[in-house]
Amino acid sequence: MRDELRIIYYIIRKDMRAYYLKPPAISWGILFPAAMSLSFYLRNPAGFGELAPGLLALTVLFSTTAMEAVVINFELRVGSLERLLLAPATFGSVLLGKLLGASLFGFIITALVATAVLPTCLDRGFDVVALLFIVITSLITFSSLGALISVAVKEVFEAQTLGNFLRFPMMFLCGVFIPIQTLPPGLRHLAYALPLTYTVDGFRQALGGTGNLSLVGDVLILTGFACVFVVPAVALLRRRFA
Amino acid sequence: MGYDTINAGHAAEAPAVAVSELSKRYGRLLAVDRVTFQVQHGEIFGLLGPNGAGKTTIIRVLTGLSRPSAGQVRVFAHDMERNPKEAKKLFGLVPEITNLYDELSALENVLFMAQLFGVPPQERLDRAHQLLDLFGLGSKSRVRLSHFSRGMKRAVAIAAAVVHRPRLLFLDEPTAGLDVVHARTLRRLVRRLNQEGVTVFLTTHYLEEADQLCDRIALLVKGRIVALDTPEALKDRASKGGVAVEVAFEPMLDQCAVGLGRRTGIRRVTARGDRLRVEGDKVSEVVAAIVAYAAESGTEITHIATVRPTLEEAFVQLTGLSSEVMKTEKGGS
Ligand SMILES: Nc1ncnc2c1ncn2[C@@H]1O[C@H](COP(=O)(O)OP(=O)(O)OP(=O)(O)O)[C@@H](O)[C@H]1O
Ligand SMILES: [Mg+2]
Repeated sequence: MRDELRIIYYIIRKDMRAYYLKPPAISWGILFPAAMSLSFYLRNPAGFGELAPGLLALTVLFSTTAMEAVVINFELRVGSLERLLLAPATFGSVLLGKLLGASLFGFIITALVATAVLPTCLDRGFDVVALLFIVITSLITFSSLGALISVAVKEVFEAQTLGNFLRFPMMFLCGVFIPIQTLPPGLRHLAYALPLTYTVDGFRQALGGTGNLSLVGDVLILTGFACVFVVPAVALLRRRFA
Repeated sequence: MGYDTINAGHAAEAPAVAVSELSKRYGRLLAVDRVTFQVQHGEIFGLLGPNGAGKTTIIRVLTGLSRPSAGQVRVFAHDMERNPKEAKKLFGLVPEITNLYDELSALENVLFMAQLFGVPPQERLDRAHQLLDLFGLGSKSRVRLSHFSRGMKRAVAIAAAVVHRPRLLFLDEPTAGLDVVHARTLRRLVRRLNQEGVTVFLTTHYLEEADQLCDRIALLVKGRIVALDTPEALKDRASKGGVAVEVAFEPMLDQCAVGLGRRTGIRRVTARGDRLRVEGDKVSEVVAAIVAYAAESGTEITHIATVRPTLEEAFVQLTGLSSEVMKTEKGGS
């Protein structure tokens, strides 16, 4: 156990040092969510408070999945992931290290975007504890999704492309810009099958709005999604080295 | 550096590596075919074979980076399928293709491995510096690895593989793609680690390298071990229990070979440049025959020496392959 914890910790540290400033992490993980937030703010500063939960959710989604593609696919290509697998730890621990590293990156980016965004919706009041809960579970969930995408392919660009197939539909279906209630029934059901819906819902409540589910419900469902993503991700990683 | 003699009661007596009936299949290709061998403590064991023989595949299975299709692998008595964690603490690997982090400096690369393997924090930095100094990279320890040459990267890879003081070091084609000077330095280093008590398992497709470096060599062809012995024993086996003597006469005439060949105790005579290679059962018989022939034919012996087959000749005999197959270079690492 001590071995595993140590290895997880040093994987996170090394990934921060080596990859946080890699171009794909910057473009999809930082610039994209920042540019989205800025353009919506410039378009309508007064109504921005309404969009803030969705933009924060997008930031979580893009920053974690983009970073996961870097920390996993860079290493799959160069073969350096094998260094980690030589260490006395399980595949699960190695993946957990990768996952927490991306979550930490996501946390930093989301915190930066939040400090820019939150002052615009101060009038509604917000709940810091609720905010932390929803941010942290969402970070883990989308890091897990990113990990699953990344171990399924080899190259960074493949992971970003496959990621976009999932990220963009979620962006339009999960209540980021368009409330879910206004979607046609078929799409609405689809929306409830996607994790970002619960992140947006949670953020809305944490930022003084009303949600469709309770905050606890959002957190629990997101945790469920995380498990659903992590288990096959570990299995796929193990199969790569079968 | 000083390797502590390590613990682990029964593990201390078990062979460093014990492989039995190991097979590895990739789809329809049988890359490793029922291989069985053991590596003893303190030896330098070489896996020698042409491209595609299955050397890397075997190393990957031994180090847990790949799983066997059949058979069993034990490293210091730990089953690599059931208990890889304990085994992993005891070995290091220098892979065929250097997979260090280009984004980090040489020092950071070595330190990271020390961290992963739980080297005590107060020792990490000292050990990393010591190793980089030993490999002549002391002044470059803070340079990013992307600026390093291939030989320098290989040296860092070795430092990274031994920083946790493993008892067993796997090296997959350590000198492939290195120039003569770097290759020689590297061989010296491997010997030095071995003298300090590290068991070495290496693969190579250089016959001379295996000959110079290894205590025992397994010849691997198409996934099968066709011979496994000390270099000397392999050469002896190639000479099929006989001896060979090289001789030069003055004057050297064509009929020398014919005349010698007819004498008792001589199996075969072949021309080697301006000398003759005379094979027989015993050195004394062969030399007696040569001396007698010289006396009778009135020729002078200007050179006489026993010769041993080279490992290259042994390889050709034992594998039935041309030694050319070992000389094809691959794209670098
Ligand atoms: N992951 C893989 N999938 C499919 N086939 C593979 C895989 N790895 C190796 N092989 C095949 O297995 C055989 C043995 O390969 P291996 O790399 O072990 O040979 P090698 O002795 O190390 O050769 P080299 O001297 O070129 O390094 C080759 O035919 C190779 O193509
Ligand atoms: Mg190989």
